[in-house]
Amino acid sequence: MPATPQAPDASGERVIASVLDPAVLTPLVVHAQPWINFDVGLLVDRFWANTINGLAYGSVYALIALGYTLVYGVLQLINFAHSEIFVIGVFATYLTFLGLGFQPGALPNLPIAAIILDLILAGVVAMVVAGLAAVGLERVAYRPLRRRNAPRLAFLITAIGASFAIQQVIRIWRGSNPEGTIRLLPPSPVFTIFGAPITNLQIIIILASLAMFVVADQFVNRSRLGRGIRAVAQDPATATLMGVNRERVIMITFAVGGILAGAAALFYLMTIPQGAVYNGGFLLGIKAFTAAVLGGIGNLRGALLGGLILGVAENYGQSLFGGDWRDVVAFVLLVLVLMFRPTGILGESLARSRA
Amino acid sequence: MTDPTRLDGDPGEGILSSLEHMDAGERAEHDAAVASSVAPTRVSTVAQGETLLAVDGLTVRFGGLTALDDVSFDVKRGEILGLIGPNGAGKTTCFNIMTGVYRPTSGDILLEGRSLSRMKRYRIIQEGVARTFQNIRLFGAMTALENVVVGTDARHRTSVPGALLRLPRHHREEKEGVEKAMALLEFVGIADRAADKATALPYGYQRRLEIARALATEPKLLCLDEPAAGFSATEKDALSELILKIRDDGYTVVIVEHDMRVVLGVTDRLVVLDFGRKIADGHPDEVRRDPAVISAYLGGAIDEATPAVAEGDA
Repeated sequence: MPATPQAPDASGERVIASVLDPAVLTPLVVHAQPWINFDVGLLVDRFWANTINGLAYGSVYALIALGYTLVYGVLQLINFAHSEIFVIGVFATYLTFLGLGFQPGALPNLPIAAIILDLILAGVVAMVVAGLAAVGLERVAYRPLRRRNAPRLAFLITAIGASFAIQQVIRIWRGSNPEGTIRLLPPSPVFTIFGAPITNLQIIIILASLAMFVVADQFVNRSRLGRGIRAVAQDPATATLMGVNRERVIMITFAVGGILAGAAALFYLMTIPQGAVYNGGFLLGIKAFTAAVLGGIGNLRGALLGGLILGVAENYGQSLFGGDWRDVVAFVLLVLVLMFRPTGILGESLARSRA
Repeated sequence: MTDPTRLDGDPGEGILSSLEHMDAGERAEHDAAVASSVAPTRVSTVAQGETLLAVDGLTVRFGGLTALDDVSFDVKRGEILGLIGPNGAGKTTCFNIMTGVYRPTSGDILLEGRSLSRMKRYRIIQEGVARTFQNIRLFGAMTALENVVVGTDARHRTSVPGALLRLPRHHREEKEGVEKAMALLEFVGIADRAADKATALPYGYQRRLEIARALATEPKLLCLDEPAAGFSATEKDALSELILKIRDDGYTVVIVEHDMRVVLGVTDRLVVLDFGRKIADGHPDEVRRDPAVISAYLGGAIDEATPAVAEGDA
């Protein structure tokens, strides 16, 4: 049973679910009839496949989670509209694919170098567009509230409102059906780990995400602007009195979060080519937010760790309990971790994270 | 960073602790001795300093409470000005206006003729006013060194692309910032703990770290808000020494402090506030003989035997 991450969903109805259902689900669907399984054999069987696949998913969660965590660190705001920034990135990627002449359904007949170049181009477009969208969101939705010293609840409601507004605008613009499937790079096994095939896509996504994370981490911990971000996160008033321009720091924070969401959008669309749909950010956004909280919201390394753990754990849970339990496992895991470690695994915040 | 002209014995403990018992003449002699030992070149500058900061008719009201009522005074370049008064007199409010935390209800603060009161907060530090805080406000999770580097950042210009692309200028500024921060930690005497988190530092080190961070912004005016709070006698003397050293390095200092030993040991001039009004302004010796000051505050504080005077009047 080769890992075929893109096997069409059996039901074909639940778009979001199918989007998130990983390859490992397919073999289960055939024989998993009881409402819950306890299939330790399958868990052991698929351990490595699940792990690698989970890491790839987790990388995407982590990149999005960084956006939640950065903004939370600086503003103590859960930017619920961040999931829509991600969706904007997905559409930017998709439309760039179209613009480059790729068509839904047809496998491109191009040399690998050209395809990689096109992927990079699409990624850059997605990062720029999502970064600008995030900065625009901050300007339009949050800055006016800050100017008026609005209570925190106002920010939260605005975030939820902005999320729905952007979502619906995309629906009006592109319709409610998912866009066609454009696959530039079909997954193909490159090598195996303990019998589990590892695809080129998984390798690219995991490595590229890690690279992006390292850049973001270095930026926050080693540069002047990053120091400004951490200073504002720890004590906005003092940071301002020390000459840190808080508004600028906030803008940069949103931009960085948007850029990372744009990168996540490319990786997502590489794995899930039919993923461009107006509400595609909802569950993914919640998962990424969960990852951020799991690792310790406000903590960059926590976001990475939380994303990877969540991605892997839901794959294990799916093998163990059955496909429908995937999301249940993810959120029960969150509740369990928070019960024993309310600040998340790495705990603390951007404010307190060590450089 | 040590001043070769400094007396070998510390000018702190012995000399300062006897300050309270000096009469005016002794006090003047003592001042001269300290000045000549610590900074022979400074005396004349202090005498004829030009105005660096002008506080002009400053009034601040919080609702019905008038925290500052038409307060005016000057800070001369190169001096250490003490801002004193009983609790609630408006000292910290005055500081907060000077550093942009609050806006004045009326009146203005001019640094070298430029108004600070309408300026954006983060700009004020670039204009050259830096401060420390009564309740220490360090970036607790950053190392001591990083805290100071945040201060140096106020003078740097790296753009976002510069930082992301690691342009040479960004590198140079980073390197310079770290070197300068390290030198400042040495200057205030805590370089041995540069790599420790700010929260892990002993209390006295944290106070010194705040001073180093403020100095890192290259201020024209350094505002110290109760720098000796919670210090032992020995620490206070060492702090006095540091403050004098800072002035002798060319900085102008305004200090809010309750501890009279520190105040009388370092200040060139005193401004006394009481209930938001300025009640005295002058040389420490004149001020502490001023009946209004004695009745408001100073008499009680200096003459430990009659603290009730201050309590009763305040």
